[in-house]
Amino acid sequence: MSRLELRNVEARYGPVKVLHGVSLTVGDGELVAVLGANGAGKTTTLRAISGTVRRSGDLVFDGKALSRRTEVTARAGIAHVPEGRGTFSDLSVWENLRLGAYTRRGGIKEDAQRVFSFFPRLEARRNQQAGTLSGGEQQMLALGRAMMARPKLLLLDEPSLGLAPIVVTEIFGALERMKGEDGMSVLVVEQNANLALAHAARAYVLEVGNVVVDGTSDELRANESIRKSYLGY
Amino acid sequence: MLLAAFTWTEFAQQLAAGIREGAIYAGLALAIVIIYRSTRVINFAQGEMATFTTFIAWSLMNQGLSFWAAFPIVLAIAFTGGVAIERVLIRPVENAPVLTIVIITLGLALLLNGLMSMIWGGGNRQFHGPFSTRTIDVGGVPVSVQDIGIVVVSILLVVLLGFFFRFTKVGLGMRAAAVNRDSSRLAGVRVGWMLALGWGIAAVLGAVAGMMIAPVVFLDPNMMQTILLYAFAAAVLGGLDSPVGAVVGGILLGVTITLLGRYVGFIGSTLKLPAALLLILVLLLLRPGGLFGRVTVRRV
Repeated sequence: MSRLELRNVEARYGPVKVLHGVSLTVGDGELVAVLGANGAGKTTTLRAISGTVRRSGDLVFDGKALSRRTEVTARAGIAHVPEGRGTFSDLSVWENLRLGAYTRRGGIKEDAQRVFSFFPRLEARRNQQAGTLSGGEQQMLALGRAMMARPKLLLLDEPSLGLAPIVVTEIFGALERMKGEDGMSVLVVEQNANLALAHAARAYVLEVGNVVVDGTSDELRANESIRKSYLGY
Repeated sequence: MLLAAFTWTEFAQQLAAGIREGAIYAGLALAIVIIYRSTRVINFAQGEMATFTTFIAWSLMNQGLSFWAAFPIVLAIAFTGGVAIERVLIRPVENAPVLTIVIITLGLALLLNGLMSMIWGGGNRQFHGPFSTRTIDVGGVPVSVQDIGIVVVSILLVVLLGFFFRFTKVGLGMRAAAVNRDSSRLAGVRVGWMLALGWGIAAVLGAVAGMMIAPVVFLDPNMMQTILLYAFAAAVLGGLDSPVGAVVGGILLGVTITLLGRYVGFIGSTLKLPAALLLILVLLLLRPGGLFGRVTVRRV
């Protein structure tokens, strides 16, 4: 069963239409990647799902139509880690994690322990202001904060952006383990297509607001034009 | 004569009076900061909102209620009123330029002022506060029970609020909504309600300040106007963004102007407000963000 289904979704910023009818599905416990060049509409696709951009079309999550209101989407079990990570830089690491669990009660300490077990560096910086963390630590915090919500679907926007390769490996490793433990679905937008295909089961390739190719990661790696345009070999 | 005669006992008395003044400024300044932080709007109706709720307290007490019986009722009314004002007047123009919203708060101030004159009539009223005005001896210094009471109530309120913002989920949600609305929504925070809650809390702070100061100055529809100016000054002094700054700024301002008014002959009671504003001007030249505020550096 698919956890999320988009049919013919359009989205616009003011008069500018950015998505021209995107359709995609994310299965239960599946990690799906969205690839594409700058301006192809990858970020907007995620924003259309979480309701942070004006959109139309059918969006079905767990068998129900998705609300346009961001708070309601979050409460339905969708955690969106936006571009730029959306960390509350004035608040402490601990307060950021508490905010992650805002939509539910109880078990906050246990869940925070779990986040700390994935990212021990966060525990050491527990009372530090989030704005003073390094880029990698902020990405860990953003992911940790999303995990605190125990989401059914995680939307991740460019998790590798601006980070050192070793940190990227750490973050994707943690992501895979979290997914394995919780059975949550993940929709990840990545500039780094090699990285994305290494972790995703399937992927969609966007060009100027349309899905041009989709398939399993193996199929896409075998596709010559994809290889040349996005994988660079 | 420039400087008045000096004794330590009198200095301590003046200091106590200054702290009492400052506690009132601090409460109102805190109310201003709570709304400013989340909406970038200075609420010019804050003073009138406070006076209005104090009049309600006066009416309740006229019906035979004691001060402490009326107190929680007034706080509940203030809170509800504050939330309602945000929902009805501010919400529809949420995305309008700040200036529009500021004008609405000015209009609200005029409206409330007119309503007060209409309902309760102009003229001064004696407001019987909960604390006696007799003085007691604190370490050799005579201090009025009323001053002590006002300061204690203000401290309690600030501590309670600090606790609320730091340790409760809703308090955390309000802080988050104030600094980053989009991310707060993504975390499931109902941002609209958080803003309304901020207005409710600000109204409660104003109501407490009003009920504390009314016994000292007499109750009339314009009671809070000068006090509100001092509260603005206190809020700016502390840095408009910082609740801690508002409290510290309030106390500091209260003490400074009381001492200046007493000891610097030519200032007296008439030049206190200009002196306060001059002080703030100088401070802002040295620290543009206020004592606790942060200066936003923008790269262009």
